[in-house]
Amino acid sequence: MNILRIIEQLSEVDADVLGRFDSRRAVFKSLGGTAQKGMLAAAPVFVASLFSKAYGQTTGTGVIDVLNYALTLELLEQDFYKKMKDAGKVPAGAPAGAIDTIYKHETAHVKLLTDTITALKGTPVTNKKFKASVFPTNDYTTQLAYAQALEDTGVRAYKGQAGALMGQMAGATSLLQVALQIHSVEARHAAHIRTMRMQAPWIPASDSNLPAPLGPVYTGATREDNTMQAGVDITKLGSGFTATEAAASFDEILTMAEVLDASRAGGLVE
Amino acid sequence: MSNIKQNASEEAEFAKPLYTPIKRRSFFMYAGATAGATALLLSGCDDDNDNVKPADGTISLGSGDVGVLNYAYALEQLEAAFYAQVKATPALDFAAVEKDYFSQVAAHEAIHREFFKAAITRDAPGQIIPTLTAADLNFTSIDFTKRASVLAAAKAFEDLGVAAYNGAGKYIKKSDYLVIAGKIVSVEARHAAYVRDLISNGSFANEEVVDASGLDKAMEPVDVIAAASSYLKVKLDASKVGK
Repeated sequence: MNILRIIEQLSEVDADVLGRFDSRRAVFKSLGGTAQKGMLAAAPVFVASLFSKAYGQTTGTGVIDVLNYALTLELLEQDFYKKMKDAGKVPAGAPAGAIDTIYKHETAHVKLLTDTITALKGTPVTNKKFKASVFPTNDYTTQLAYAQALEDTGVRAYKGQAGALMGQMAGATSLLQVALQIHSVEARHAAHIRTMRMQAPWIPASDSNLPAPLGPVYTGATREDNTMQAGVDITKLGSGFTATEAAASFDEILTMAEVLDASRAGGLVE
Repeated sequence: MSNIKQNASEEAEFAKPLYTPIKRRSFFMYAGATAGATALLLSGCDDDNDNVKPADGTISLGSGDVGVLNYAYALEQLEAAFYAQVKATPALDFAAVEKDYFSQVAAHEAIHREFFKAAITRDAPGQIIPTLTAADLNFTSIDFTKRASVLAAAKAFEDLGVAAYNGAGKYIKKSDYLVIAGKIVSVEARHAAYVRDLISNGSFANEEVVDASGLDKAMEPVDVIAAASSYLKVKLDASKVGK
């Protein structure tokens, strides 16, 4: 076994996959007693601990980091909707009502995450704003396109951190559950904004129908048109499904690095 | 002690790819729960295997991760059966676009059902709950000819589904399955938002489902099953799910 070669190859695959790898630690921990009884070859255990260390050194995504990442996205969304309201182009009635509802939720998410990070003795990020130079002040249609991009990105971003929050608690509260409870609200927002844009509420493919430069919202290491789930080819289930049905029935993750890339939400923060 | 043996063989199976150069594709398979590793992990957790025998007519969903998977499978079977009926006999007052969208939702839910069936059968052989047939379900309270009745039931199913996944995530021990649950729950939330907006535009995330902290509902498995029981003739026991 050439460990160095394995590590070299691992370093070429994306960070999220390494993240999943780390969750194996629990498995190996539970196997520790077994290994001592000599029922296991030592090598795999050694390799596992090596990988766990490598993971810790290369990503450094502690819980506070994950929460601050979520807070960054919520601040970005909150400021975006504030700019949208201030610009005064949202039609009165149902559209204005929906934007008010969403703004209220993003504001609540900012407060909840800020309070949680503080309670965990971390330092919450502040003052993350939607880049003013990008905001389409006079163009409601484009504002909605940005809103769709932000919401669908939010859904993908929270989903991407679920593994990192497994078993993490703030007192008696499961941080994973809180993140999931935010995640599904973002999905409700996304569905509504999409219908405001005359799109299906769900994501049928990686074709986003968003103007440049927002397209990459639906791409990434796992694209939204993915039809393979946990090794199962969704199109071949039952009596068969179309690729569109297969893609729409599962939303996909984005890694932290993908979200923070300049081509996606990272390019909209100032 | 049988657990230890299984874990040991799991370990050998699990480590196997490490001995060969890892191509990107095989690494993804490896990281994404290959059948062998997952099957052994699940059976290692749940080999008491007392969860699939309907003794007094009650079906136990089982414990550990396989319990969570069976729980999701039961809910997806219920939803899929409902939407299959909606698609087969669309409400007379559905608009054309609603008929189209509900046939898409029917496909999504059928996919979720079939996915769990395939995953549980592959990863936890012998531990899957039975298929819920028409005789196990109770849709008598729903008037499938009327849009309002169908939408009210759809809203109940979708909001319950979201709360169910949100509450079950913390019980999942295998991160690959947590990610899958996350991939599904946001689609359920999209369905919920769509149905709610059809009932009353703007109610996609109203205070009925989202609290003052901006959080959606999360429900414990036993509470979800109790809430779903009016649509079920068969009794499901979720008391050990995730335990």
